[in-house]
Amino acid sequence: MGTVSILDGLKRKLVADSVASGRRADGRALDEMRELVVETGVVPKAEGSARVRLGRTEVVTGVKVNPDRPFPDTGDRGTFICTAEIPPLAHPDAEAGPPSEAVIELARVVDRGIRESHMLDMSQLVIKRDVSVVGVFTDNAVMDDGGNLFDACSYASVAAILSCKLPVWEMAEDAPRLVEGQRRDPPITTVPVSVTMGRIGNHIVVDPSLEEWMCLDARLTITTNSEGNICALQKGGREGFTPEQLNSCAETAISVGARVRPKLEAARRAG
Amino acid sequence: MGGRETDMVLLDANGIRCDGRRVDEPRRIMIRAGVLHNANGSAYIEFGDNKIVAGVFGPRDVHPKHQSNAETGILRVRYHMQPYSVTERKRPAPSRREIEISKVIKEALLPAVMLERFPRTAVDVFVEILQADGGSRCAALDAAAVALADAGIPMRDMVSACAAGKVADTIVLDINNEEDQAGQADMPVAIMPNSGQVTLLQLDGVLTRDEYRKCIETGIAGCRLVYDIQKRALAERHFKGAGQ
Repeated sequence: MGTVSILDGLKRKLVADSVASGRRADGRALDEMRELVVETGVVPKAEGSARVRLGRTEVVTGVKVNPDRPFPDTGDRGTFICTAEIPPLAHPDAEAGPPSEAVIELARVVDRGIRESHMLDMSQLVIKRDVSVVGVFTDNAVMDDGGNLFDACSYASVAAILSCKLPVWEMAEDAPRLVEGQRRDPPITTVPVSVTMGRIGNHIVVDPSLEEWMCLDARLTITTNSEGNICALQKGGREGFTPEQLNSCAETAISVGARVRPKLEAARRAG
Repeated sequence: MGGRETDMVLLDANGIRCDGRRVDEPRRIMIRAGVLHNANGSAYIEFGDNKIVAGVFGPRDVHPKHQSNAETGILRVRYHMQPYSVTERKRPAPSRREIEISKVIKEALLPAVMLERFPRTAVDVFVEILQADGGSRCAALDAAAVALADAGIPMRDMVSACAAGKVADTIVLDINNEEDQAGQADMPVAIMPNSGQVTLLQLDGVLTRDEYRKCIETGIAGCRLVYDIQKRALAERHFKGAGQ
């Protein structure tokens, strides 16, 4: 343990020094995200899918669409569930088994960004009110953890949903029946973009790499919608932010988000 | 956010909310420190209809051993809802929501607690929600911070939490359960009142950038109101004749 923490301390100093110099270890400016590559249609058996590479981070996400029972108090809306998993191949410290609190947070933050933006018009995902609705299940699997899984999983989920083709069901007797040969586009209202920023000392970095991720004093994920409004927030990490930092992070999330959005929107056309 | 359709008038023409409050008025808050015998520190809070008990143990030995850190003490937080705390019985096992809330409460407290003074030990914070209303994570955090101070654990600052939100296109302080279900945004905020750092921040719902700034300001103002009540609770417990 002793050697590990000494090494960690040295690494931390290296990362902090390079951030303070305004040029990060991988050569990026503080507000510069890593290269983002979005491919869709990577898992044809899923109704929608995407592989996202954000620097060294890689995520594969599939969307499955099934008839589902509505929640008792929302019989006029479809259901949406978003999960995330870090399988053991993604990182030497990742373990199989029940999800850690960090993985649960990851899934819930990605879910919240999409849900709260009202990306999908859930009222258009009803087969028969109070009886049967369309369930959209978005499952994220991290293949390679290179840091900032929040944004990578969010981009992969959004791209997979945009690329999705929904099967069509009709009510027959009391059960939904698939209408063969019919597909429709998902009812998209907006394209949410999550932007995660880390604070190292008094500096804010966009899209922290894995090395930086280990050194963050605090982090903040801000999701914005197509109108440039803010629809979800999550602060994490062992320290805080000043109100001034929170305001400047919001401006950064809006401007970086506007640059990312067209890359995700391309998934819609690609199908 | 729920954003559910409702017949309820969330904000009337005079700027009065469904429970009779003004837009900048919190619900009734009552905190008592030192309510448990076995815990090293404890607190009970009523925040609107929330009823919450927090107990703190430690610094003490870490079990399981592998969690222990030779450089610093560790903080562990468990936020747990009793099955009877909500309208529909909640299954007793910790849900994913409770695990996430435990994590954000822990991270909101961490900057305040001087764990580096107690290497190889753990400070455990256990929070039981007896009755839940809107804003239970903020109320739980307020009680947890008072319980830590009551336990005599060295702290750099208090941690005070209160939510702000958007109801009927208006930014309001401390949204209740009805406003949470039918409102447009819910933003829990926690600060360290002396350093001014924001240590918990979440948001469900859509805000423009101006509303975002206003909502943070409103939440911070609520945290400062809570801070006074926390200090009074600790004074009542530890100084004879205080708080009158």
